Amino acid sequence: MNITTFLKRGVLIVRVEGELDMHVANQFRERVDHALETSGVKHVLFNLEAVRFVDSSGLGVILGRYKKINAAGGNVLVTNIQTSVLQIFELSGLLKIIKLYHSEAEALESL
Amino acid sequence: MAIKNQFQIYLYSLSENVAIARVTAAAFAAQIDFTLNEIEEIRVAVSEAVSNAVIHGYENKIGQIELVMKLYEDKLEFIITDHGKGIEDIALARQPSYSSDPERMGLGFVFMESFMDELEVISEVNNGTTVRMAKKFLLNTAH
Repeated sequence: MNITTFLKRGVLIVRVEGELDMHVANQFRERVDHALETSGVKHVLFNLEAVRFVDSSGLGVILGRYKKINAAGGNVLVTNIQTSVLQIFELSGLLKIIKLYHSEAEALESL
Repeated sequence: MAIKNQFQIYLYSLSENVAIARVTAAAFAAQIDFTLNEIEEIRVAVSEAVSNAVIHGYENKIGQIELVMKLYEDKLEFIITDHGKGIEDIALARQPSYSSDPERMGLGFVFMESFMDELEVISEVNNGTTVRMAKKFLLNTAH
């Protein structure tokens, strides 16, 4: 798994690459939390374009970040999700609380 | 019902082996004309079962997990066995959003149940857990 984080228009952009399972869950959580703390921004955007696989461990990290960010008044945005990964997002119920966007630009426009 | 093909691996309960297990399951499933979506469902279901064995069965200590894959006339069966601590209340563990850890979604069994056509969980406290799940396919789609 590779993670790139940077700030754009006051939003923490997290570009993830690889497979989000239990093997990388801790690293994924720590990287995002660290970037959030050091940047001090409210909103997070997860770009999942290069994520080929997600299971409940990966979803758990995204849900955990949502709970934390939402409690602090921020939004969580997810963009560029692959078709193969979409089904698991739908089934998990996560889409009731997290909105999907086609691109980073579209997601940033919504804020 | 006669078994037409069988493949079996033993793995240590290491988190890096979860990916190897699901890739192996997808490779075994490739002998059937499953859709890409169905293969993805198998990958997720096997990933969940093996992750459960690593996290809950062995609680991140080293133990042995067995993955047995069987091809029948009309279904593929995956049997994941650990000899870890077992599940006290299987019915409760299979409920959505049941999890012993707040950062986890408790969706492991929900995904296994949704993505497979059969799911059976046998567990004994201090003796381990066996998850047997199967995905059906239409006849004549085996290569």
